[in-house]
Amino acid sequence: MIEIELDGQKVQVTEGSMIMHAADKANTYIPHFCYHKKLSIAANCRMCLVDVEKAPKPMPACATPVTNGMIVRTKSDKAIKAQQSVMEFLLINHPLDCPICDQGGECQLQDLAVGYGASSSRYEEEKRVVLHKDVGPLISMEEMSRCIHCTRCVRFGQEVAGVMELGMIHRGEHSEITTVLGDTVDSEVSGNMIDLCPVGALTSKPFRYQARPWELSRRKSVAPHDSSGANLIVQVKQNKVLRVLPLENEEVNECWLADRDRFSYEALNEEERLTAPMIKHGGEWKTVDWQTALEYVAHGLKNIKADHGANSIGALVSPHSTIEELYLAGALVRALGSENIDYRLRNAQFPKSEGVRWLGTTIASLSTLQRALVVGSNLRKDHPLFALRLRAAVRKGAAISVIHDARDDWAMSIASSATIPAGQWVQALADVAAAVAAEKGVSAPSQGNATDVAKAIAKSLLGGERKAILLGNAAAHHANAASLLALANWIGEATGASVGYLTEAANTVGAQLVNAMPGTSGLNAAQMLGGDLKAAILLNTEPVYDSAAGEKAAEALGQAEMVVTLSPFKANMEFSDVLLPIAPWTETPGTFVNAEGRVQSFHAVVKPLGETRPAWKVLRVLANVLGLPGFEFESAQDVLVAARGVQDAQDSHAKGLSNVTSAAIDLNAAAGKPVTAAIYQLDGIVRRAPALQLTADGRAAQVAMQQPEEVAA
Amino acid sequence: MYGKPTTINNTETFAAVPWIINNGGQAYLAIGKPNNGGTKIYSVSGDVELPGNYEVPMGTPFSKLLELAGGVRKGRKLKAVIPGGSSAPVLPAHIMMECTMDYDSIAKAGSMLGSGAVIVMDDTRDMVESLLRLSYFYMHESCGQCTPCREGTGWLWRVVDRIHNGHGKPSDIALLDSVADNIQGRTICALGDAAAMPVRAMIKHFRPEFEAKIAKAQPHQGIPTEARSV
Repeated sequence: MIEIELDGQKVQVTEGSMIMHAADKANTYIPHFCYHKKLSIAANCRMCLVDVEKAPKPMPACATPVTNGMIVRTKSDKAIKAQQSVMEFLLINHPLDCPICDQGGECQLQDLAVGYGASSSRYEEEKRVVLHKDVGPLISMEEMSRCIHCTRCVRFGQEVAGVMELGMIHRGEHSEITTVLGDTVDSEVSGNMIDLCPVGALTSKPFRYQARPWELSRRKSVAPHDSSGANLIVQVKQNKVLRVLPLENEEVNECWLADRDRFSYEALNEEERLTAPMIKHGGEWKTVDWQTALEYVAHGLKNIKADHGANSIGALVSPHSTIEELYLAGALVRALGSENIDYRLRNAQFPKSEGVRWLGTTIASLSTLQRALVVGSNLRKDHPLFALRLRAAVRKGAAISVIHDARDDWAMSIASSATIPAGQWVQALADVAAAVAAEKGVSAPSQGNATDVAKAIAKSLLGGERKAILLGNAAAHHANAASLLALANWIGEATGASVGYLTEAANTVGAQLVNAMPGTSGLNAAQMLGGDLKAAILLNTEPVYDSAAGEKAAEALGQAEMVVTLSPFKANMEFSDVLLPIAPWTETPGTFVNAEGRVQSFHAVVKPLGETRPAWKVLRVLANVLGLPGFEFESAQDVLVAARGVQDAQDSHAKGLSNVTSAAIDLNAAAGKPVTAAIYQLDGIVRRAPALQLTADGRAAQVAMQQPEEVAA
Repeated sequence: MYGKPTTINNTETFAAVPWIINNGGQAYLAIGKPNNGGTKIYSVSGDVELPGNYEVPMGTPFSKLLELAGGVRKGRKLKAVIPGGSSAPVLPAHIMMECTMDYDSIAKAGSMLGSGAVIVMDDTRDMVESLLRLSYFYMHESCGQCTPCREGTGWLWRVVDRIHNGHGKPSDIALLDSVADNIQGRTICALGDAAAMPVRAMIKHFRPEFEAKIAKAQPHQGIPTEARSV
């Protein structure tokens, strides 16, 4: 530790820290633009110049390492004069029209100009004009004259996102931020550059000129798409979600957010929203009131149960639904006497439940891994924030190995990779296990050849201290998923690596926790979608897009006597008989459990749209109409207590997490390409988010869906 | 370089090494004057009859160097000298003629020996125009990385350009001095200082020339300057 004196106050900081870090520790604010705690130090804005005793010139606080006994004055005449002069330079070419700038009210330059700027400008010359750029549907670069060249966006691309999509070209006062030859910015985490931009140069295209920041209510929430459980600030004006920003949580999302979580809110305000219950009569959809709709459903369920038995009733539910909703859907189906409920719509194999499958380690630990083996994942697109963490680990020297069927660009260096069809993954893992066994002089768990790649992966996993084997969505949805897990567990045990699933959705872990899976006599998702149901309840899911069955799901469900869709959208209209409008995550209280088993509850941030109701209420009232006992819940909190038990309801860590399996390793089972969703096809909300669909990733997925054979070939 | 140990240095330094090896460091030091040992190669340019490189002992009077370079061109009168490259503060003739060519003497006179690029200016030189050229150079050379230099060098050039082209205002001289002061010592590299020093020295020593142009200036009309090469 080193002690310095900062504005007369003694501060102790670790050796190698900068004056800025000491100031942070002492709660002293030093004005700055280019400095950001998560980015490398550039020291180019010069706003943080401070007065260091014995230094003839003012020194940049962000780039001046502390030395023992250093005396720093951040508010002396010398420091203030330096800061004021830098502010003057920043403002001479910056437009002074904050009232018409979209950043106005939340602009660091505007805020600091109040403290360090003059009341009028001494600059009388022509101002610099920088041409606008079109970089795609998410980031607006309409007003590049506002750029102050802090290069935060450039450094974010290079250091965090792993792709340098924005750079600075030209020199001197002609320097400007742009893409290479007018390319678009296609990174899956590009929206963070909007947050990082201290001025109005990079702004959010969907949010542009929608509202002023002071008109917005800021409400906490949790991201509903991938399994990171990123913490959100949802910004609301007049009961409408207008913007989503990250809420900093160092253990989960740090200060970042994936574009999917940031821009999907647009779907919530789309015309495709279902705003009242609807019933199909003779092929015509009619809007009805809730009473009519619920009685119709209850009547149908009772009749079908009487005619075909309870086992002909089933629920297909979404891992993007809350714990409360999933628990109630399960309770409802089970109260009717059926065990048919499943959230695993994209799975090809349904091994018996032996524990709540999870990441096997903490999310934060991914950043400090030294070795990792990722099996069956398009990591960057499936789990953008986990990819950021692994990339951070790689920057610190971690070696990442990959077994997958495509060589996707992960924007990080990969130590060894086996790009092989999914049908060979089990053998590839068996080969790695054999190589590990040979290296350690123990017997291998199954037949395997220590190929060169297998040896390289084995050697990598045997080195280092902090290591993990991560099974991606394609490994979870694999036709021989159980063998993959069994082999991963063996390798994990032999090498000391943690083993876990990245888990697909915001509540994949939660769905297991509340047992949204069939009991012993129940039908799994594939069986239900195979045409075995007479009555189907579809909670927040569209099987044509959300299941492994795809188009065949429509055919199978079309043969059922009654299909009830609970959705925020006009979904499944082709084969449904009843549509019940349920609240998306912004309009209902609920709880998600992320990949690491972190239980995060959230409140509704806006009122339900139209006649929409929170799904937990719909399921509760439906159970009441059906006359089923045990559904006397007064609040979502009551449901949570019932779902998790009184003891555990408040515990922020899920119980029963385990990736242990007793499954035998089967090297001979055939396996086709696992069903996984493209980044902006993951769930109904994302699929309806206009800006995301216009991105390069969004358009690529649409093309792939239109011509599946051509693309596959 | 190419994976081998490499000495990267100025040619002038390399040129001195064999002599020092042959004759010893003390002998080399003895050539100059105390605290300013050895020789120095000056690149004399500008208004002299024989521009070129001249190696003379440290402490040689400037008048001697000027004489070696053939004196001021066409027998004109010496007006000013920039003794150490374009970033070094300009010194008027009467100060310069008193100086000896070494670090201490030039520093005492308020400039610096810098690179040893001696720019000689005769009495036909317009000092505002000379500054305009220097300021344009520094604006052009600014890399744009840090704020004071990126923004300030262009500002300096535009104000000098305005004064030179007859649109200056009395307050512009103080403005130039202040902007230069605000750049100096606040940038990442020395280019900011290099841009600021000539401005401040020109104003210090040749203020009347600036004032004369401003006195004859036309009232400011519309857009003052057009961006163009000088």
